[in-house]
Amino acid sequence: MSENDESQAQREAIEVDRTKGDFKYAEDYAFDAGVGLNPQVIDYISKVKGEDPWILEFRQKALKIFSDMPMPTHWATQDLDAINFDAIRYYLAKGQKPVRTWEEVPDDVKETFERLGIPESERKFLAGVEAQFDSEAVYSRMKDELEKQGVIFCGPTEGLRDHPDIFRKWFGKVIPAGDNKFAALNSAVFSGGSFIYVPKGVKVAQPLQAYFRINAENFGQFERTLIIADEGSEVTYMEGCTAPKFETATLHSAVVELVALKGAKIQYITVQNWSANVFNLVTKRGVAEEDAEVRWIDCNIGSRLTMKYPGVVLRGKRARGEVLSIALANDGQHQDTGAKMIHAADETSSNIIAKSISVGAGRSTYRGLVHMPKTLKNCKNNTECDALLINEHSRTDTYPAISVRGQKNSVQHEASVSKVSAEQIFYMMQRGLSEGEAMSLAVNGFVNDLVKEFPMEYSVELKRLIELQMEGSVG
Amino acid sequence: MADSLIIKNLNASIGDRQILKNFSLTIPKGEVHAIMGPNGTGKSTLAKVLAGHPDYTVQSGEATLDGQPILGQEPDSIARAGLFLAFQYPSEIPGVTIANFIRAALIARQEKGAPFDAKAYYAELYAKMDALKMDRKFTSRFVNEGFSGGEKKRCEILQMMMLKPKYAVLDETDSGLDIDALRIVSEGVNHMRGPSIGCLVITHYQRLLEYIVPDRVHIMYDGHIVHSGGKELAVELEAKGYDWVKKELASA
Ligand SMILES: Nc1ncnc2c1ncn2[C@@H]1O[C@H](COP(=O)(O)OP(=O)(O)O)[C@@H](O)[C@H]1O
Ligand SMILES: [Mg+2]
Repeated sequence: MSENDESQAQREAIEVDRTKGDFKYAEDYAFDAGVGLNPQVIDYISKVKGEDPWILEFRQKALKIFSDMPMPTHWATQDLDAINFDAIRYYLAKGQKPVRTWEEVPDDVKETFERLGIPESERKFLAGVEAQFDSEAVYSRMKDELEKQGVIFCGPTEGLRDHPDIFRKWFGKVIPAGDNKFAALNSAVFSGGSFIYVPKGVKVAQPLQAYFRINAENFGQFERTLIIADEGSEVTYMEGCTAPKFETATLHSAVVELVALKGAKIQYITVQNWSANVFNLVTKRGVAEEDAEVRWIDCNIGSRLTMKYPGVVLRGKRARGEVLSIALANDGQHQDTGAKMIHAADETSSNIIAKSISVGAGRSTYRGLVHMPKTLKNCKNNTECDALLINEHSRTDTYPAISVRGQKNSVQHEASVSKVSAEQIFYMMQRGLSEGEAMSLAVNGFVNDLVKEFPMEYSVELKRLIELQMEGSVG
Repeated sequence: MADSLIIKNLNASIGDRQILKNFSLTIPKGEVHAIMGPNGTGKSTLAKVLAGHPDYTVQSGEATLDGQPILGQEPDSIARAGLFLAFQYPSEIPGVTIANFIRAALIARQEKGAPFDAKAYYAELYAKMDALKMDRKFTSRFVNEGFSGGEKKRCEILQMMMLKPKYAVLDETDSGLDIDALRIVSEGVNHMRGPSIGCLVITHYQRLLEYIVPDRVHIMYDGHIVHSGGKELAVELEAKGYDWVKKELASA
């Protein structure tokens, strides 16, 4: 066997099954903020969490910003108007404190995560896991040796309460509450998510993983994540998301802030497989200081509408930013995704590779923003957007806004649109593949070069998710 | 005659054009038959109709593979039932390596969830590639992407050898091949020849039939077979040209 084949065989041995998300359990919550959004709901959430007054104030201010800001329908899709904020439940929890062994997790919740394969992957390849069920983490555990090295891995409540000196400085600074309407919403009602600090020089070899599960209908999940990698440190964080198929719209609106200090490296990986009624409106941004690197790997599968444009502010000399994204829009879905690179220092470089797949009546949109002021020199950006269409109803749009000034910087932009032809499908079917298998093979071929960059466990999972989507799309 | 590919009175069209007209042919397992005929006479159409291509409409007639009807079945069912088509113009599949493609085709033939013996697979793949004088590097190239004409045809034969069909239809496998490649590809086909496979070799020229010597030769014209004979018929046709067929038909 060649090296390739062996790693392929190895991949198969550790397949993780997070593709089967469509099941749910009864709802019985000890903590419930009721339906609708008003200042009392904010008071309730803050009180339940036992937060300091400054956090409550932060939340209430954000609520005001949210209420005053119009929907971004002048540039984004009108479908946003379908969200009824008064019909959503903003906080649902069974308890306030995550436990540290799976045995202590309530049976139905434990079963959820077992069916999704989380405890198993924790044993196999993760340095730490946090499992969130609706509004709060139910389980959180990190390997002891990382704790000894001073790594912090907790939720925002504990982070801001127990380590204010570390987290308060950056909380809401990379993405202020007023950044956009949904960042404001998250700032008002945030609950759950991960706060991570990696001390100077510590390189966390295995990934830390968070798993976000929506179980309740008419619900909004608003996790908040802040990762700070101190000078010269390295960390990989992975998040997975699922929800059962709901009859009514459900909202997921997270804020993720990354801070890579001098020479640090953060890799943030998302593989989401939302069911078709979830509005997924997430703001993600990282700051990279001198010689630091922030890399977003973002795979968006499912959801009714996803709007997400991970960004990197390249603040220090020689900082690097990267967004590798894959979006798959099936019938009735709209993936509105992209990337933002803000060059703010000399010799900074950024790379964006975005691949979208539109199936059936699915729709993908790419929105890019690359900003390079003319005062800078020796900055580089490479942007590549490739779209694949499977059948003629699907639609793809590309809006690459590149504002580059100055003669001393360089930008490369490439875009392509290709189609899976009926002849290709026939050729593959003539070899014995079903129509669904043929389509997923074509899609996997399309994303192949990008997926090679992903950690192994995630590329396997992604391949399975694609297969599931393609099988489902064959009439 | 259960052990045969039997085509009876087949009428098929594309758009509003009738292409196959009362076409009949029987290929017993273990035999190699050749179809020769001028361009545009419906040879590729026959191959695609048998393979279940969705663009063609079958008006009447039947086709059975070892007794099992195949017309109207999905292309993948027909393929898994044992029919292989070596395409005249194989499609490119960007990003999918030959090794992964053939592997996926083999897995599609297994019971769902059954384990796949990757080691045995690669051993066999490499052996067949050696036989076809294909470089090992080929396994990691994307299916037909950037291949020369000869490489595409070799890749088709490799797939055939790996998938071991009961019946194979080779559509103009000789086009685009130089003499060396023609010899190698023919050796591959001859190697597979035996009691467990029936082959239909479609060609425009007699040249290929010097390497793959057929049991029967059929001349196709205007959507059906007008003349059948032994291997010498190919030589006769080559000497007299297709005009001979047309004239003979006119006088008949
Ligand atoms: N999509 C199509 N629409 C209409 N006519 C077609 C189409 N494809 C092929 N044909 C016609 O069908 C006839 C038979 O084609 P084909 O089976 O490819 O012939 P051969 O393989 O014998 O050269 C030709 O006259 C060709 O022009
Ligand atoms: Mg032809």
